[in-house]
Amino acid sequence: MSKTSLRTSPAEGGLGDEPLLAVEDLHVEFVTRAGIVRAVNGVSYSLNPGETLAVLGESGSGKSVTAQAIMGILDMPPARIPKGEIRFRGTDLLKLSDEARTQVRGQRISMIFQDALSALNPVFTVGWQISEMFRVHRGMNKRDAMAKAVELMDRVRIPAAKQRVNDYPHQFSGGMRQRIMIAMSIALDPEVLIADEPTTALDVTVQAQIMELLAELQRESNMGLILITHDLGVVADVADKIAVMYAGRIVENAPVYDIYRAPAHPYTKGLLESIPRVDQKGQELYAIKGLPPNLLDMPTGCAFHPRCPYRQDNCVTDAPPLYGISGARNSACHYWREVLDGDPR
Amino acid sequence: MGRYIIRRLIQAVPVLLGATLFIFAIVFALPGDPIAALAGEKRQDPNIVAIIRDQYHLNDPLLLQYWYYISGIIFRGDFGKTFAGVPVTQLLAGKLQVTLNLALVALVLEAVIGVVLGLWAALRRGRATDTAILASTLLLISIPTLVSGFVLQLWLGVWLKQVTGTEIFPIAGTTQGIKSYLLPGFVLAGVSIAYLTRLTRTSLVETLRSDYIRTATAKGLSRRRVIGRHGLRNALIPLVTYLGADLGNLMGGAVITETIFNLPGIGNQLYQGVYLREQPIVVGIVTILVLVYIVANLVVDLMYAVLDPRIRYE
Repeated sequence: MSKTSLRTSPAEGGLGDEPLLAVEDLHVEFVTRAGIVRAVNGVSYSLNPGETLAVLGESGSGKSVTAQAIMGILDMPPARIPKGEIRFRGTDLLKLSDEARTQVRGQRISMIFQDALSALNPVFTVGWQISEMFRVHRGMNKRDAMAKAVELMDRVRIPAAKQRVNDYPHQFSGGMRQRIMIAMSIALDPEVLIADEPTTALDVTVQAQIMELLAELQRESNMGLILITHDLGVVADVADKIAVMYAGRIVENAPVYDIYRAPAHPYTKGLLESIPRVDQKGQELYAIKGLPPNLLDMPTGCAFHPRCPYRQDNCVTDAPPLYGISGARNSACHYWREVLDGDPR
Repeated sequence: MGRYIIRRLIQAVPVLLGATLFIFAIVFALPGDPIAALAGEKRQDPNIVAIIRDQYHLNDPLLLQYWYYISGIIFRGDFGKTFAGVPVTQLLAGKLQVTLNLALVALVLEAVIGVVLGLWAALRRGRATDTAILASTLLLISIPTLVSGFVLQLWLGVWLKQVTGTEIFPIAGTTQGIKSYLLPGFVLAGVSIAYLTRLTRTSLVETLRSDYIRTATAKGLSRRRVIGRHGLRNALIPLVTYLGADLGNLMGGAVITETIFNLPGIGNQLYQGVYLREQPIVVGIVTILVLVYIVANLVVDLMYAVLDPRIRYE
């Protein structure tokens, strides 16, 4: 297989059962003065066209770092990837040359970020920033590219797009800015869109609109969507499957319905129980005990054991593998059966 | 925008009045008699001294003297006369041009060298080039103009001429147009170059860490475009403030450089003015310098609006 030209890879024609994007045993570490921080420790997940994968986890769980590794926007150094594969249509992106990687980035795999105000360049108009995609990657002239930008702004439903195309990012509201970010990221019809906490900086009603927009765009173009979030409420409506991350590992991996019905990992269970619910108004909100581990000084055995209500002696010594539960479902807990059965904590 | 400029110029009036009064008072408080100094060692006729003192209002109280001076400027455009009877405007006209040339040459050298070195260091951050540039800026900051001026005059002016046989850098006077200003301009800009280099480096390094640079990379743009288009424009904004404010510093700091390179500028004149207690000369030059500061700051603020769309003046 050619390493430099992705378009000629055999998987392109839909041959075999290679997914659109497959992350395989990915390790990412950061070299710091305090030592080596292992931010991602053997993460694997896959994504098919039209599918939405939600990657769930608290800050420091490695979910964003994994996404940045896929995009190839990690600062290396200090980051390095000692092990793993990121296959896009069968080609390992990590083995590509810088130029070939740049061809994928933004055009075939694109990304939107949490805070659209800081993610957009303050000194250029939004039209300039969106149209840049067409000017640089498609060689369009300024006028055509600008017309395309207006078209895209219409598509992400920014009112009066034609008048606002020459405005600057700070002149838009938070939700509108995120729409501009989305317009920019879907400009060249990417096959994979990674949304890194796209709604965290927005208020609740706007969150729903943005999620709706993402889901709609995905339906229209059949792209694969990776939704990185720590908000389980956002996930339920749009995700097809969920990967829950903890301390740089995937601890549970399942279709969305299964997870909501009965989680198979104590951490997932804790997350679900900490969602505020209307029928429990006035009661104290459940919170998982303790704090996420220090990545420089990881607990022995299962990284979650100091906080785990299901802990047994072997959890302190043996790191659990990802146990297969059924079909597409996995859990990295020695006692997933007990968790699944919902034994009281 | 027009209204903003007018408002800023009106705000400049009290600044000018305050600065001139302040300087006027300081020169007033200087010890020694300016009229006595005119004659040097010779004896003076007390009657003539009395006439001159009266003519220049030297026996009046400070505020009255100031009023005579400032009203002359406001109502007649008259900046007063030196004790030798020469109008200050006439005295300064040509000299101001020399200092302005010197300061502008220094500013251009500072901007070009400082920005280039700073960007270079930022892009090679943590490597040998970066360390070398930072070390040399430190060296540049620690060498006084008095030393660097004479040393460069000797090396680049005298020795280089001996070695090459042609005069590349004239060492004194203003007879060779812009060439005359190159060496003094560099000496004058020295410390500023070092500061601007460091400022540029920090500014670009910080800019390259921001989220929109990550976005630009994620858009699949080349590194050259990410830095050149998305980074540079943002990194340059703080430098404009520094450069603008520095024009005033360069003009005010030209005294030593002008003396070393024998340039007939206002710096030289200011020194003599203070020495001879020639109030009109000193205050006149300070007024000009204050005006330069005010205008340079106004230009900086207007440039801001051009460079950073988040800033708008109503």
